[in-house]
Amino acid sequence: MKFLMIIMTSVLVNNYVLSRFLGICPFLGVSKKLNQATGMGIAVTFVMLLATSVTWPIQTYLLDRFNLGYLQTIVFILVIAALVQFVEIVLKKYLPALHASLGIYLPLITTNCAVLGVTINNIRDGYTFAESMVSSLGCGIGFLFAMVLFSGVRSRLEDAEPPRAFEGLPITLIAAAITSLSLFGFSGVATGLFGG
Amino acid sequence: MTKIQNFLKGLVKENPVLVLILGTCPTLATTTSILNALGMGVAATIVLLCSNMAISALRNVIPDKVRIPCYIVLIAGFVTAVELLLHAFVPSLYDSLGIYLALIVVNCIILGRAEMYASKHGVIDSAIDGLGMGCGFILALFAMSFVREVFGAGSFCGIEIPFLSRYCIPILAKTPGGFLVFGCLIALVNAISKGKAIKKKEFGCAGCPSAATCGKLSCADDAQVKEEAAK
Repeated sequence: MKFLMIIMTSVLVNNYVLSRFLGICPFLGVSKKLNQATGMGIAVTFVMLLATSVTWPIQTYLLDRFNLGYLQTIVFILVIAALVQFVEIVLKKYLPALHASLGIYLPLITTNCAVLGVTINNIRDGYTFAESMVSSLGCGIGFLFAMVLFSGVRSRLEDAEPPRAFEGLPITLIAAAITSLSLFGFSGVATGLFGG
Repeated sequence: MTKIQNFLKGLVKENPVLVLILGTCPTLATTTSILNALGMGVAATIVLLCSNMAISALRNVIPDKVRIPCYIVLIAGFVTAVELLLHAFVPSLYDSLGIYLALIVVNCIILGRAEMYASKHGVIDSAIDGLGMGCGFILALFAMSFVREVFGAGSFCGIEIPFLSRYCIPILAKTPGGFLVFGCLIALVNAISKGKAIKKKEFGCAGCPSAATCGKLSCADDAQVKEEAAK
């Protein structure tokens, strides 16, 4: 039940992109086409899961144990960067098909604040390992969900003719505001359903 | 370019947030109140100043191939220092900024300036550039948070404004309002600069360290669009 609540919360209520403002760059940059948005969303989910599975044990068994908590930021960003590089090399060598579809997105994710954000949040929320993994999965799905939703909105936006000053990014941001408004309606759903 | 021009370009002409469109995440997330936004701006400016100076001083030592990881380590070091300082001396700000403080590490403004400016210029020039960009960041955050707090919550720096607090628009202080105000501010900048700012780029990925790959994606897109238009 707790797992279900974590997923529900991280996908709908505290969606990383649309209500916590993490990972805005890829959200605005790669959401023009549905296939790219989906690819990016899946790659982010994959890296979030992978990063959490490494950073959680590091935090618990290394940093906390030796009172090195203050090194969290440095260690996490390095681990994520190294991990992404490593995964890219492994995929290229052994799973070229997967690399062809996800590979281009992987280097983008190294400095994505959603990935670093989810690993740090898991620690701050005091989740166990299983809960952290579920929360990462939920955040990843939430990201994918937001990307897919928004790429649909953007394909309509292409044909629109906003005032000159609003062309490009401003009108995209205003569309994002309306998209995020649609998730606004879910606030309170998780606590209402699960009595958290 | 004189030193003063170098400083001023960060404030207006190349404002990191409103013209270069970097660092969108903290801009949207921490501007619900003016004090938070200023805290975020100052913290990021300190990190930017220190990292710009350090990277510029080490620019001949850092091997070209591993420069990005080196920059990230340096930046993460400064972020940790700022985090510890805030935790010790301004705990209330530390709590309200929360995770966004640690996320200064992945703020595109800092890596972007390191890559675009500090790695090619001297220490003093880089320091001025960092300070100018930082002040531009603070300015943009202040403008955003001013609109969001004054019209969204009817207060200024936590002090209630008599008339406005009764007729405030709460949505501006909430999540959708962040996107809305940001979009309108960029449009305002576009309108004032008579389209000069639009021309630069549609989305400022160029300053992002991962631009090489990201650029490929959007460039491929543009090329396709052009081809289709040609047909």
